[in-house]
Amino acid sequence: MNPSLSQPRSHTLRTSRSVPLRMALLLPLLLTSLLSGCSDNKPAFKGVDITGANYGRSLQLPDSSGKLRSLDEFKGKFILLFFGFTQCPDVCPTALTRAQEIKQQLGKDGERLQVIFVSVDPERDTPELLGNYLAAFDRSFIGLRGDAEQTRQAAAAFKVFYEKVPTGSSYTINHTAMSYLFDAQGRLRLALRHTQTAEEHVADLRLLMRE
Amino acid sequence: MYKSSRYSMLALISLLAGLAQAQSPGQSAIQVKEPWVRGTVAQQKATGAFMQLSAPQDMRLIEARSPVAGVVELHEMAMDNNVMKMRAVPGIDIPAGKGAELKPGGFHVMLLDLKKQLKEGDTVPLTLVLEGKDKKRQSIEVNAPVRALGTRNSPGKAANAEHNHPHGDHGSMKH
Repeated sequence: MNPSLSQPRSHTLRTSRSVPLRMALLLPLLLTSLLSGCSDNKPAFKGVDITGANYGRSLQLPDSSGKLRSLDEFKGKFILLFFGFTQCPDVCPTALTRAQEIKQQLGKDGERLQVIFVSVDPERDTPELLGNYLAAFDRSFIGLRGDAEQTRQAAAAFKVFYEKVPTGSSYTINHTAMSYLFDAQGRLRLALRHTQTAEEHVADLRLLMRE
Repeated sequence: MYKSSRYSMLALISLLAGLAQAQSPGQSAIQVKEPWVRGTVAQQKATGAFMQLSAPQDMRLIEARSPVAGVVELHEMAMDNNVMKMRAVPGIDIPAGKGAELKPGGFHVMLLDLKKQLKEGDTVPLTLVLEGKDKKRQSIEVNAPVRALGTRNSPGKAANAEHNHPHGDHGSMKH
């Protein structure tokens, strides 16, 4: 909710002049809250509500030990899922440290969160490397890695874009840096942007957990 | 208020960074602050180095080298419609007075074809080549400490923070 809405409550109206001023300030806020459906008590998510999306319905890929995993097996848990690669120096470790923080900030509820990282670079992300990499952040994080075709299908299933980009001597990968949140019933609910903070992720997770 | 523990931390950091400033008299003072390299796990062949650069006149970082990496490139990351895009850049401008910050979400020195695992506490030597408007080049040596892979991006959360003692806090001394 907009914090400015709750401000006037704590003050008494001191001067008559401030009344119309306050009304003028409050009116657009009230309108915005009506338009955004706050009056229906709909939770105000920080991420994009994609409940009912016709994509991201399922995912089946081997984990870093080679065992085939499916999103269905995590029902009862909330899933934070994103795509990346281990040779990535910037967004991927940032997303993973944020996932660490989210788990930490959730306290005991952190046990109800499963973080899943899907590799878009199966060529270089060997199962062993992927396993070690994720364990460096949190031993409970799961890394999924398919072959080239499985990776292509998994990315397509989540509308995730990725492409190899040659650099001077090697290649890097441009990829969608969105995080997906699933509720405990295994339904895809929210998409969060890379710029959103751990606090914002936690706020959304708490809303989902309260449902 | 004077916080000796904090100052000693800063002193340590500037000492590390200070290695980068060792230079012959007469040269302009290029400063490298808080250099760090993100740690790796075994088999991981690439990582990034980050730092703050400043120079008294307009300069450009045009090259970086390191004995720990087979290839070193200058990269820029940008978000485009929620897609992370990485590209090699020919140089990173360091405007006078403004400096340049190499940090996650922007520029970094990309270390590729790593020759060994980089563990927290290791030091990575980096040679930075900067060019002035007059095309004159200067090389500076930086020793960048390795931070744990699962480290937060913001600096100042050094791993040895628990060595802090409250003895510098004169205001709240108990007797």
